[in-house]
Amino acid sequence: MADYAGRLPTPTPESQPYWDGLKEHKLMLPTCDDCGPHFYPRPFCPTPACFNWDIKWTQASGKGKVHTYVISHQPIPPYNTEDNPPPYVIAVIELEEGPRMMSNLIIDDPYSTEVDMDVEIVYDDVTDEITLPKFKPA
Amino acid sequence: MDQIRHKVAIVGAAETDDLGQLPHMSRLALHAQSAKNALDDAGMSLADVDGLLCAGAIPNEVAEYLGIQPRYVDGTSVGGCSFMIHVRHAVAAIMAGYCDVALVTHGESGRSGVDMPRGGGSASPGGQYEAPFAIGGAPTTFSIPVLRHFHEYGTTKEHLAHIAAATRAWANLNPMAMMGSHRRAPERGGGPITPQDVLNSRMICYPFNLLDCCVVADGGGALVLVSEERAKDFAKDPVYVLGAGEAAAHWMVSQMRDQTTADGYRISGEAAYKSAGLGPQDIDHCMFYDAFTFTPLMAAEDLGFVPKGEGGPFFAETKTGPDGEVIYKSGPGGDFPMNTNGGGLSYCHTGMYGMFAIIESVRQLRGECGDRQVPDVNVSMAHGPGGMFASAGTIILSNA
Repeated sequence: MADYAGRLPTPTPESQPYWDGLKEHKLMLPTCDDCGPHFYPRPFCPTPACFNWDIKWTQASGKGKVHTYVISHQPIPPYNTEDNPPPYVIAVIELEEGPRMMSNLIIDDPYSTEVDMDVEIVYDDVTDEITLPKFKPA
Repeated sequence: MDQIRHKVAIVGAAETDDLGQLPHMSRLALHAQSAKNALDDAGMSLADVDGLLCAGAIPNEVAEYLGIQPRYVDGTSVGGCSFMIHVRHAVAAIMAGYCDVALVTHGESGRSGVDMPRGGGSASPGGQYEAPFAIGGAPTTFSIPVLRHFHEYGTTKEHLAHIAAATRAWANLNPMAMMGSHRRAPERGGGPITPQDVLNSRMICYPFNLLDCCVVADGGGALVLVSEERAKDFAKDPVYVLGAGEAAAHWMVSQMRDQTTADGYRISGEAAYKSAGLGPQDIDHCMFYDAFTFTPLMAAEDLGFVPKGEGGPFFAETKTGPDGEVIYKSGPGGDFPMNTNGGGLSYCHTGMYGMFAIIESVRQLRGECGDRQVPDVNVSMAHGPGGMFASAGTIILSNA
C-alpha cells in the first residue's frame, strides 16, 4: 500500500471528517437540517438562500446510480500497470441521497457500463491514511 | 440595456508569428509577440497602451515583461473564455474612462511547456474529489457530460464526427491551420477527413476518439480595443462590440448542475443577446470554442441556434456540392458556418483557445479570410467555456 502510485488527496480542516469517515468505511455527508446533504464537503449549506453554517455529518447509504461516465484509455496511475491497465471507468455517481460525486466504477468490462445503472460503494484503502470511495455494479 | 452596444471597437487582432511546436519561446514571450503583432495590425505602439488584460499570467508579469505601467489591469483567468470576458471588461473600462487603449494578451506554451505553471494542489477541491480517480486532463473531464447527453437525447458519436470533418474542411482553407492541407501531409494525418475517419481514429477516452479532440500547441494572440470615436481613425475598419456576456457556474465538472446544459452558456449568451439587442437569427457567423467535438454542439443548443437535444442531427446534416462533394452543415458552403479558422480541432489549441476564436471573428468581419471567407458576414459571435463548461464568455461583433 505504501507504494500507491495514484494521486492522493490532502484533507483540509473542513474535509477531515469526510476522509476520517471513509477510513472507517463510512461515506459521511455534510448535512443541513433544512436542505439535506451536499457534496463536496463545505462547512456550510451551499444553497445560496440558506447559507446555514450549522452542519451535521450524516452517513450515506452508499447506494446510487451512474449519472454519466467516460472510459479512459489513458495509462494514468494507478491504471498504468500490467496488473491494472486501462481502460477504466470514471463516473459521476448520483447518490441515493441526491448529491453527485466523481468516482471510479470497478467493473470487469468497462464497455458494459450504462447510464443510470445501480451501483454501490466499495472502499479502496489505498494508503494507511486514505480510503477512496469507489463504486461497483449493485 | 443597450449601454455597451457599439461603444468600443477592436482595432487590432493577431496571433503569434507561428503556431504549433515553438520550444524556443516561453509563455511570456508568446504574450509579447502577440502584443507586437496586434499593435502592428492596429498601427499603434506599445506606448499607447494604458490598459492590460491577460489570462494565464498575472497582469504584473506581463506589464513588467513588456515594460509598461498600465493604469487599468484585469487578470480574469477562468479558462479558455477568459478573452471574451476581457473584451467585455475592456468595453466597460474604456467607457468608464479607466483606460483609453486596452491590450488583451494570450500566450501559452501548451505543447512545449516552457514556463507553464501547474495549478490545482492536492488540497484543492479538485485535488481531493476528482484527481484521485485517475483524471487525466481535459479528455477525461470535458468528456464527462457527453454520455448523459447521448442518453437523454439520442445524440451519437456519428453526429459528433461530422463536426470534426466540417472543421477540418475549414482548416484545409487556412494556411495557418496545423492540421490543414497547407501545413500537414496526409500521411501525418493532415488534410481532409471523413466522419468515418474520426470513428476509426484511436480511442482516447470514450466517447472521444483522437479526432474528436483538439490539437495541443504553443502560441498566442492579442487584441487592441479603443472607443468608437477613436476607432474611426485607423487604417483597417473597426470591429464593433455589440454585446457581451459572462458567467461562472461551477468548477469541477462533477458538480455541473445539469450535465446536458451549460448554465454558464445560457447566462452568458442571454446577456450578450440582450446587450446587443439581437438574437440567434441575427448572427451570420459563429466561433464556438471546440476543445472537443461536443463542445460547440452544446453552444449551438444553449445559445438558442437549435432546440436542446437536437444539436446532433443538426450538425450531421449534409448536402452534396456541384462536384459531388459532401458539404457539412458547419463546413465551407454549409448553412451554419462555424469555426472557420479550422477550430481548436484542426487549427490551433494552446489550452485557452478563446483568443483565436475572437481573432477569426475579427478577420471574417473585415473580409480578410481569403479562401475561407464566408460571404456577407456582418455579425459574428465568439463564445467559449472556461474549464469544463464551468465558466463562459460570449461576444457579438459587427463591422457596421
